[in-house]
Amino acid sequence: MNRTTVVAATLAAALTLASCSGAGEQQTGDTADAGAAPGVTDTSVLIGTHQPLTGPAAPGYSRISVGARAMFDYINENGGVNGRKIEYRVEDDGYNPTRTVEVVKKLVLQDQVFALLGGLGTPTHSKVIEFLNTEKVPDLLVSSGALMWDDPAKSPMTFGYQVDYTREGKIQGDWIKKNLAGKKVGLMYQNDDVGRDSQKGLDQFIADQVVARQGYDPANTDVVPQISTLRDAGAEVIVCSCVPAFTALSILNSAKLGYRAQFVVSSIGADPATLTGLLQEFGKRGGTEVSAPQLLNGLVGTGYLPDVSRADDPWIKLLREVHQKYIPNEQLTNTVIFGMVQAFTFAQALKAAGRDLTRQKLVDAMSSGALEGPGLTPFGYTRQSHSGYTGAFVFKINPDTTTTEIQPPMVTDRESGPITPANLQRKTPQEINLFGGTS
Amino acid sequence: MPAKSTALRDRLTPGAQAPARTSAGLPPLIRHLLLALAALAVIVGLTFVVDPFTNVRLATVGYYLIAVAGLTLLTGFNGQVSLGHGAFMFIGAYTVALLVLHVPSLPFWADLLLAAAASGVAGTLAGAAAARLHGPYLAGATLALAVGLPAVTQRFPDLLGGSNGLAFTVNSRPAALAGTIPTPQWQAWVVWTTVLLALVVLANLTRSRFGRTLRAVRDDEVSAELAGIHIGRTKILAFVLSAICGGLAGGLQAFLLGTAAPGSFTPVLSLSLLAAMVLGGIGSMWGALWGALALVYFQAWSEDLTHALDLGTDIANNLPLAVYGVVLIVVVLAFPQGIQGGVRALRTRLSRLRRTEEGSR
Repeated sequence: MNRTTVVAATLAAALTLASCSGAGEQQTGDTADAGAAPGVTDTSVLIGTHQPLTGPAAPGYSRISVGARAMFDYINENGGVNGRKIEYRVEDDGYNPTRTVEVVKKLVLQDQVFALLGGLGTPTHSKVIEFLNTEKVPDLLVSSGALMWDDPAKSPMTFGYQVDYTREGKIQGDWIKKNLAGKKVGLMYQNDDVGRDSQKGLDQFIADQVVARQGYDPANTDVVPQISTLRDAGAEVIVCSCVPAFTALSILNSAKLGYRAQFVVSSIGADPATLTGLLQEFGKRGGTEVSAPQLLNGLVGTGYLPDVSRADDPWIKLLREVHQKYIPNEQLTNTVIFGMVQAFTFAQALKAAGRDLTRQKLVDAMSSGALEGPGLTPFGYTRQSHSGYTGAFVFKINPDTTTTEIQPPMVTDRESGPITPANLQRKTPQEINLFGGTS
Repeated sequence: MPAKSTALRDRLTPGAQAPARTSAGLPPLIRHLLLALAALAVIVGLTFVVDPFTNVRLATVGYYLIAVAGLTLLTGFNGQVSLGHGAFMFIGAYTVALLVLHVPSLPFWADLLLAAAASGVAGTLAGAAAARLHGPYLAGATLALAVGLPAVTQRFPDLLGGSNGLAFTVNSRPAALAGTIPTPQWQAWVVWTTVLLALVVLANLTRSRFGRTLRAVRDDEVSAELAGIHIGRTKILAFVLSAICGGLAGGLQAFLLGTAAPGSFTPVLSLSLLAAMVLGGIGSMWGALWGALALVYFQAWSEDLTHALDLGTDIANNLPLAVYGVVLIVVVLAFPQGIQGGVRALRTRLSRLRRTEEGSR
């Protein structure tokens, strides 16, 4: 054997060895079919998600899948949906879009998941939306409020979940215009669609109040320059379209600079329990003991799910039960609730899709408009709209970090339509009856 | 003393012994081309038997391989340490992304060539600065490149998409293959064809007079200069070549994943590439293959392990890196020349065994 063949053989052997993990059939390709049902057996259905369990968005968001898993455990223990247990596979992408593409391809091509649930993040999920739609994989309840999830013509398999950033921005802008009239406003935003879409809404109401606009990059945790600029511009209100870590960093750095401003924070970064944890952690890292309740007191936020502190809400009662039973050691925060609600909503759609399951049936169930979740505003799902929650309420954080609703739930559209009261007749968990009956 | 130091150097620089063993009698270029063709045949064959996701992984190994190979040329052959190789992948990826989005009529191979050219230009500038720096200063400067460059996306959010980056699809597959060859398979072919071509060029360069010049500069700048070698020019050229490899890797990554985003090109990427090179073996291009395989598969295996063991998220998050670190330490302790060093030691022992067998007969 001469050297060339030895070397080639080694290379071949190495590659064969390396690829032996997944040798098998080749059924996915360019002929994806929404009538197919990969990942579905008689007794189970496999779904997947990509989450930032590590990296810049992990503080706070890494708990979402914990909540979702607890809800699936609860559902599975009650017999599952249409006789099928839900298997939930979580892949860590570290909020790194390259990793997102890799793990989603793994979930779809290798693990053969039936659907993707709640893929988290705008910079991350935007890189897989085309792939998922080409492969005809239901891409449900994306954990982001970017407008791009609501595009049924281009992305028929993709559905939003959160209130979109423009709707939320409109409701925030409207509230600021009415309640903080004439105050100078500084915008602090994530330098991507989170920021762009939010400003599209905010500017409809408060463009003339805005004195400074500052973007941050999630990879850079130094926000002193941005906060200093907002202070120097004389902003009395800071609207933070930020993920939890950067809401906390902004609050902490303003406090350090001795700069007191009224914070108005989007739902993605306004969970008091998550913020408390982050403020304490970041404070400790900076070598100071901080009083999170004091820093958070008076913060204004927007939300669309029932707050964890509403003990009398029938949904919160159910979620607390699930929490107690399956993840008692995990702190129950609004972020955990976000994951639980997401899981429950998925289960509703799965039930509506019926026992004879296909991907197309799941998508049809999503767009039927019949989904009613624990949210305080309705979903926007129809054949023409893949929008999630369609509005938000405004709340204020109390000195003890509980929250008080200061403006009831309002709904609006993503264009320039009016903002109107939601007046939602919410069904209770019993009325939704996930485990009873067959459909 | 001189004798001992030469022996030591020979041990540290195994590449120096390689030219002596051109066995097949063919000119290196032909031999390398044949080898590349054989490898391509193996890989194309492989893409037919494995599942689609393994094709994606094969392609991933491919683009990491060319990135690590560029680093091997720079660090292993020329002695310049770069902690900023990811920056050139960034340039390659964004060049391809911008071309695909704004000049869609251009064929993909032209995008790739332009990506290589763009990172080559950047490499010339960086290399000119690097040629004046040594050791830790060079490392610091290149690290600054990896830290600073992705921040450019923040300055031009409209063009470069800010933190969101860019998303696109490269349609490079000939119409004739549509419907018969699945996308991941085609992508693996494109990536490996490019990578193997680039490797042929690298392998020839390192075996040539230029390769000896590189090593001479690495081993002793003063004697190299006395021998008439232009130190600065050599160092810059090495930098440019390695930058081109990085740019190709980034361009191929963009092709494969359809994305270019700043979050993908953090300093961690540069450090992982460096670690992969050390793990594979600094002195040889084969090391780059082992390094790339390790980069892709250690991550995958440790993730499978965490899934199988159902570990808590805090452990699961850090396990892949921990496993990688432990393997790196163990391999480097056992084989200071990395995995390729281990392979070489094994081969030497086997041939010695064979010789003694023949002798005893």
